[in-house]
Parts: sequence; C-alpha cells; structure tokens
Amino acid sequence: MKKTKKQYARYGYLFSIPFVVSFLTFNLYPLLYTVVISFTDLKGVAATEFHFLPNLFQNYIDAFNNPSFVTSLKNTVFIWGINFIPQIVLALSLAVWFTNKRMKIKGVGIFKVLFYMPNIITAASIAILFSAFFEAPIGPMNDLLMRLGLSSKTVYFFRDALTSQGIVAFIQFWMWYGVTMIVLIAGINGISPTIFEAAAIDGANGIQTFFMVTFPSLRPILLYTLVTSFVGGMQMFDIPRLLVQRSGPDNATLTTSVYIYNQAFSGSYMFNRAAAASMILFFIIAVCSAILFYIMRDQDAAALKKIQKARAKNEKQARRSGA
Amino acid sequence: MSKVKKESRTSGRMLVGTVFIYILLITLAVLSVLPFLVMLVNATRSTPEIQQQALSLVPSSHLITNIKILLGGVFDPVIGFMNSMTISVGSTILGIYFSCLTAYGLVAYDWKLRDGFFAFILCILMIPSTISIIGFYQFVWKLGWTNNLLPLILPSIASPTIVFFMRQYLVATLSMEIVEAARIDGSGEFATFNRIILPIMKPAIATQAIFVFVSSWNNLFLPLVLLTKKELFTMPIMVSLLRGDIYRTELGTVYLGITMTVLPLFVVYFALSKYIIAGVALGGVKE
Repeated sequence: MKKTKKQYARYGYLFSIPFVVSFLTFNLYPLLYTVVISFTDLKGVAATEFHFLPNLFQNYIDAFNNPSFVTSLKNTVFIWGINFIPQIVLALSLAVWFTNKRMKIKGVGIFKVLFYMPNIITAASIAILFSAFFEAPIGPMNDLLMRLGLSSKTVYFFRDALTSQGIVAFIQFWMWYGVTMIVLIAGINGISPTIFEAAAIDGANGIQTFFMVTFPSLRPILLYTLVTSFVGGMQMFDIPRLLVQRSGPDNATLTTSVYIYNQAFSGSYMFNRAAAASMILFFIIAVCSAILFYIMRDQDAAALKKIQKARAKNEKQARRSGA
Repeated sequence: MSKVKKESRTSGRMLVGTVFIYILLITLAVLSVLPFLVMLVNATRSTPEIQQQALSLVPSSHLITNIKILLGGVFDPVIGFMNSMTISVGSTILGIYFSCLTAYGLVAYDWKLRDGFFAFILCILMIPSTISIIGFYQFVWKLGWTNNLLPLILPSIASPTIVFFMRQYLVATLSMEIVEAARIDGSGEFATFNRIILPIMKPAIATQAIFVFVSSWNNLFLPLVLLTKKELFTMPIMVSLLRGDIYRTELGTVYLGITMTVLPLFVVYFALSKYIIAGVALGGVKE
C-alpha cells in the first residue's frame, strides 16, 4: 500500500531530533545557564552552588563600574573598527579590479590563493609568530626598520598602547581581507552582466559604473560582510590573548572575550561577573546586528516587491497578447 | 586627431593605474608569504644567529638542535597533533552527517513545523558562541567532562551553518523521483538517506568538511577553557605554551614550534585551495 505524503511527514521531525537535542543541550541550556549565573554569587574554584543576589543586577552594575571591563568594550570596538575599514576598502578595490574584464589582470588565481592563505592558519600560531616578529630589542621587525634606515634606535612596539592595538588590528586585517575579497568577487560575479553592458553603452566610466551599478547591487552582501565581521570581531580572543603579555600597556589589547576569560578562568573564578559581562556583550552584538539586519531586510523586501510588480506586469501583457 | 590624443591619454592613465595595481598586488602577496618564510628560515637558526640578525632568508644548520630543545620542554607536537586530529575528525564526521540528515528532513518531507524550524535555524546562525562559555563550562564541570574531548566534539551535531548550506544544496539538486523509486524498491527512509542521498551530496560534503575540520583544528578558546591536563592539549594550546617554559630564551625553537603547528595546514591548503576558495565564494552568496 502506498503511504500518503502525511505519513512521511514524521520523518521530517525524526531526522531533526539529533540537531534539536544537541542544540538544546550544548547551546540553549548553557546560554540560559549563563543568564542565570549572571544574577547570582557563583564564584570560586569548582563552585557549582549559587544564590541569587539581593539586587539581581548587581553583577551588571559592577561590570559597568569596572574600568577594565569598560576599557575592554572600547578596545574591542576600536580594534575591530580600525581593522574593518581598511579591510573593506581593500577587499572591495581588489574585487572590482579582479572582475574588471577591461583590465585583464594576470595571475588572479594565484593572488586569490595567496591573499586567502593567512585565514586558514591557526590564529594562535599567528599570534605567537607576530609576537616574535615584534620582539624588542632584537626581532625581525626591528632588524628590518634599522636596515631600511627607518629607525635608528630600538622600537619597543608593545610598550605603546596604540601601537599594540594597531598590531592586533593589522593581524586581523591581514587574516581576513582575503576572505572578504573572495565573497565580494562572488557577489560582483552574481550581478547580471547586462547591467554592466548597459552602463558601458551609456558611456559610464569605471568610477561611475562602480557607484551606480556595482555598489548598489552589492549592498546586501556588503551588509552581510559587515554583520559577520562585527559579530566575529566582538568575540576576538586568540590574537589579543596571545600577542602581548598581560594585555599590553594600560590594558590596550584587552578585548571583552579576553576579559571574560580572565575573570572566570585565570585565577579569580568570578563566574558571575564573567557571565554578566558575556550577557552585556551578547546584548551589544544582538542590538547592533538587528539594526544592520533591519537595513538589509528593508532593501531586499523593496527589491522583491519591484520584481513581483514587474512579473505581474509581464503576465498581464502576456495575457493581453494571448487574447 | 583630438580623439586619438584623448584615447592615448586615457590609455596612459590606465597604464599608470595598472602598474600601481600590480605593485599593490605583489606587495600583498609578499606580505602573505614573507612571515611564513621568515618563520621557516628562523626555525633552522640558532638563538645567537637570530640575535645577531633577526631577519634573514638564508637557512642555517641548527634544525636538529632546535628540534632537541623543542622536545625537551612542554611542547609536544605528537600529543597535540593526535588530540587535535581526534577532535577535528570527530567534529567533522558528526557535524557533516547530522547536518545532512537535518537538511534532508527539511527538504524531502512536508511537515507542519518545517518552515518554522528553518526560520529558527536561520535565527541561531548568528548566535555568538563565546558568550555562553560560563554556562557551558559549569554544565561540563557538573557532568565531570572537563579534561575530556567529548564536549569539544558532540556540540557539532547542531551546526546551523552546515545545515543551511546543505539545505541550499539539496533544494537545488534533489529530485524526489529518486526517493520515490527507492520507496517502491522497499527501501526504508533512513536507509534511503544513507545509501542514496549521502552519495548525491558528496560535492557539498567535501567543501563543508574542509571548513569544519579547519575551524575545529584552529579553535583555541574552548579547549583552553576545558582542558587542563597536558595529555589532552591541542595544537593551538601547544603553540600558546611557546610563550613560556624553557622557550623564553630559545628563539629558533619558538619559530620551529610555530612551524610544526602551521605545516599540516599548509599541506591541506595547497592540496585543496581550489575547493576552499570556491567554498568561501559559495558561503558568501547566500541567495
């Protein structure tokens, strides 16, 4: 006997069970647990018992009154920002050049492979490597500066707050511009070539084509890149944790993830404070992403409406011509 | 006449632009390669040599000495490699298999909560993983699973990004006629998935497997929080040990240690770079 469609429906539920169970156990439960802990007094080695605080939001208040936490938030946003702006400018330029048929750049394949490469290497290894490069008084970077005649005396890179932050941001930039570039190339290749042809026929030059055609068509992908980079950047951990010892001068490279790790896992076991800091970070990420998503969705919905309108018009015309 | 002049002027400007672009491209390429080149060269040099001239592109003859010093400290590449391998292979197999299963459930069957479930997966796609670390640690601690590789492997059963990718692939490639034919032959639904659907998904599985494997291999945060026993350390934890112990004064050895953690990834990358780059491009264009 042939089963009906409905009888097969249970397999849809059945096949989703492992995912759902794993999500509930390893993602949702820990997340809610973190929320609960952020309202309690849970601290100390191997501690699991906790009591809710008389003032539930005490850990949050303490967090905002803690200068290192506030510094860590500022640092995270600052380091992400000074990495993202040059990253998107460079990635977008490279993507436009690589997809420009008139320029005929040679070796695009090899450049893509080389530019993406740093991203696949363990961030921890890269942090240790760059920490060795910027070593002072003797290190490859100091050696290079001396030999090029750019500096006559030793530069102590990690004694300066802004330089330390700049190096972290540079490594992030260096590891990620290749990825962004490849995503944007795919985006540009996805734009209908007829639009570019039309622009060429209308006599648009390279810059006009970029601002009138490429950029508006890429908006959704640029926003996607912005959101993913922001969410990732706010969780930056490996590089700032390993590049400079004790987070550099004046906690210059202390990011929020490193702060959370330090609070809970390197000696002080302040799980409650770390949990509150995590929730504040989560809130910031969620609100900012939501704002960006809202902008993105608006654009998509508008585009969809346009397409539907055009389609309805076409159908009408087809019907009319058919009749 | 004036038209010719104008054209030659624009082509002249184009030429300057093109030269500038090539200089930039070559600079960036050098920037990608040079750090690793210096790393490889310095791995073969002794500490006094590096102290005399830290930047060099000429390999020296101290590789064996550096290996001996490296292995004399806490850094253990064999243990690190084995643990990272266990975690990455485990995560990849579980992550890929269950994501394919979930994606198949989403595409092949018509069930009431299907659209809701898919919307839910899209929502959890962006949840940052580090923010629930405190709850995760407490949960694992209560289970007695700290210093155990399982909590680093099992969570990959729920990988929303892979499910999303697999679903998009299935929507484009799966024809229900194959499934119907299997049903007529008396194949159960689960058997159909294992024997017919998984082989169809091979190209998508290959691309995603690389990414799951590499991101699991490179993960530092979670292993650093959960693992305190040296026998369980992963490669990223091993490399973080190069900041201390006996390595503080052994410059060449540090470079060698980094090299050991980086080499497996270079092998993977140069064998599979074509697929990796194609995969990144696919992942970005989610339409």
